[in-house]
Amino acid sequence: MQNVPNSRGHFGQFGGKYVAETLMPALFELESAYKQARRDPKFRDELERRSREFVGRPTPLYLCENLTARLGGAKIYLKREDLCHTGAHKVNNTLGQALLAVRMNKSRITAETGAGQHGVATATMAALFRRECEVFMGSIDVERQSLNVFRMKLLGAKVTPVEGGSKSLKDAMNEALRDWIATVRNTYYLIGTTAGPHPYPMIVRDFQSVIGREARRQILKHEGRIPDVLVACVNGGSNAIGLFYPFIKDTGVRMIGVEAAGLGISGPHHAATITTGSVGVLHGNKTYLLQDELGQIRETHSIAAGLDYPGVGPEHSWLKDVGRAEYTSVTDAEALDALKTLSETEGIIPALESAHAVAHAIKLAPQLPKEQIMIVNLSGRGDKDMQTVAKAFGVTV
Amino acid sequence: MAATGRIKRKFSELRARGEAALIPFIVAGDPDMDTTRRLVLELEARGADLIELGVPFSDPMADGPANQRALARGLGAGASLAAILSMVSELRAQTQIPIILFGYFNPIFHYGCERLCADAARAGIDGILTVDLPPEEAGELKRPARANGLDIIYLLAPTTPLDRSRAIARSASGFLYYVSVTGVTGARAHLDAGIAEHMRELRSVTDLPIGVGFGISTPAQAAEVATMADAVVVGSAISLLIEAHIKSGDVPEAVGGLVGAMKDAMKAARGGERAPGLGDSDG
Repeated sequence: MQNVPNSRGHFGQFGGKYVAETLMPALFELESAYKQARRDPKFRDELERRSREFVGRPTPLYLCENLTARLGGAKIYLKREDLCHTGAHKVNNTLGQALLAVRMNKSRITAETGAGQHGVATATMAALFRRECEVFMGSIDVERQSLNVFRMKLLGAKVTPVEGGSKSLKDAMNEALRDWIATVRNTYYLIGTTAGPHPYPMIVRDFQSVIGREARRQILKHEGRIPDVLVACVNGGSNAIGLFYPFIKDTGVRMIGVEAAGLGISGPHHAATITTGSVGVLHGNKTYLLQDELGQIRETHSIAAGLDYPGVGPEHSWLKDVGRAEYTSVTDAEALDALKTLSETEGIIPALESAHAVAHAIKLAPQLPKEQIMIVNLSGRGDKDMQTVAKAFGVTV
Repeated sequence: MAATGRIKRKFSELRARGEAALIPFIVAGDPDMDTTRRLVLELEARGADLIELGVPFSDPMADGPANQRALARGLGAGASLAAILSMVSELRAQTQIPIILFGYFNPIFHYGCERLCADAARAGIDGILTVDLPPEEAGELKRPARANGLDIIYLLAPTTPLDRSRAIARSASGFLYYVSVTGVTGARAHLDAGIAEHMRELRSVTDLPIGVGFGISTPAQAAEVATMADAVVVGSAISLLIEAHIKSGDVPEAVGGLVGAMKDAMKAARGGERAPGLGDSDG
């Protein structure tokens, strides 16, 4: 496999820096600061120390004995990112980028958020490092994720509802970019997924790769060999690339990204970008997008607010095109079933996003021989979703 | 299709007359295609020198609220690239004013860069300005644009270092567009204090005409910028005016009034032709 991205931020035909000129110098500045930081032992030490002491790393790699026995196929391990501080893998990236923001002497940190997990993780770091924080969030998401809005405010962040467009994650990202165009001199824009212009997809991947590095070490300890299959949910794709990246050169390891099929990919209500979309340019990079025949971006649907974005990280688009990773999708209903199954069989309530990965694992495991090993990224915990899940099951809480 | 050179010719004529160009930005299809067609003719009659036609996009990440709403209206009116080119093609029977497409890359990419440049040149488009396509990524549009005689207009920002401005200027044609504020499009009460100095710096790295836009909304602001730049772009103020006049149905007259007042003020500020009412006695 070639090393990507190249020096211009391209993953094959994907990626790049498609932004307004005002932001170009800031992207060069960020890239140069990141390269220096990566080589600086002090930066690496602090990242490692805070990951351990503040985030709670390493997270366990947990063998689901009950689920494995019930399905009767491949052994299923969960990488327990749900046990990270703030409740999801998002914090791996916000810690790394917040340390960069401090290093670059930026007094203000901004973020976009959909489900609110990235917003909470950003607000957490802003509190820790005493920075001003503003989180942009679609007004529909503000409503359906009110618990996370409250958490962000408690952490001292300003939450700005975005009324434009479809009032969800893509519009939050538009507004965060507009804000950054005006505030670029003192503001660090902390993108939450492996999307946006170069160098963000690379930076976010690198900070999330701790997931796959740990999983590799842990599975070698448990099983004495690397796994056969990796499964992770994909929207922007940061938890998936975090798990996949350290295994990319192990070509015998199947890597499967699971997108949100919403109400079904035959209709318009889904967010299965890689499996059904076409190539285009949005939010600074070239990638697969959900768009109409004129290149206008389509609205998306998923029961998981964190999978509700019409694009996907450019590295995933590249992994798909070169055939190194496979992408599939599961529906809202399948994700809900998987959430219930994992809760009942293992005593672990996954986030609705992660439940998409679990749903595919439940489908796939019985088809594989018992000697095979599968690692599923349990990217977040389900606490934030209880209102949504209760409503879907017709329960009033 | 050979280069028609309308943009270059227009700037030469204006330079010879000691005038700065006035470039209104109007979103195609705001509020409908027929109004856009009438606006182009009306604005030319009221003193516009070039026209920037905004191409609607669902996610205009460099635009403020006024242009966001205008682009949404255009989208709703079906202002696709194909519809815009067809309108320009018809307009060419009535006007030779230089017309620039101004928008975001995705609709162009989706149409196909090669096909778009060929079709645009045939329709009578003179240049393309793509907000989110910096020179680093512009190769796939630039090659067919060159081949079809279309100018690619690049943006320069207050944050752009001088070395980078020099490099951008070297690959540009037509004119350069200096974004006068560190921010998105939208009317501002005050012009950025740094414009004059930035203009002086940019003049040292290029001989191309330089237009200034973002935040210019009044005849007084247009006049002030006209003393420093070769062109003044006005956008959001027009989008707001269109919005205010949709119901009364007099969009072309209303926008024409603003454009006429701006052009008069710009001429007066340049000390060339006097604006009506300002007298012609002082020397």
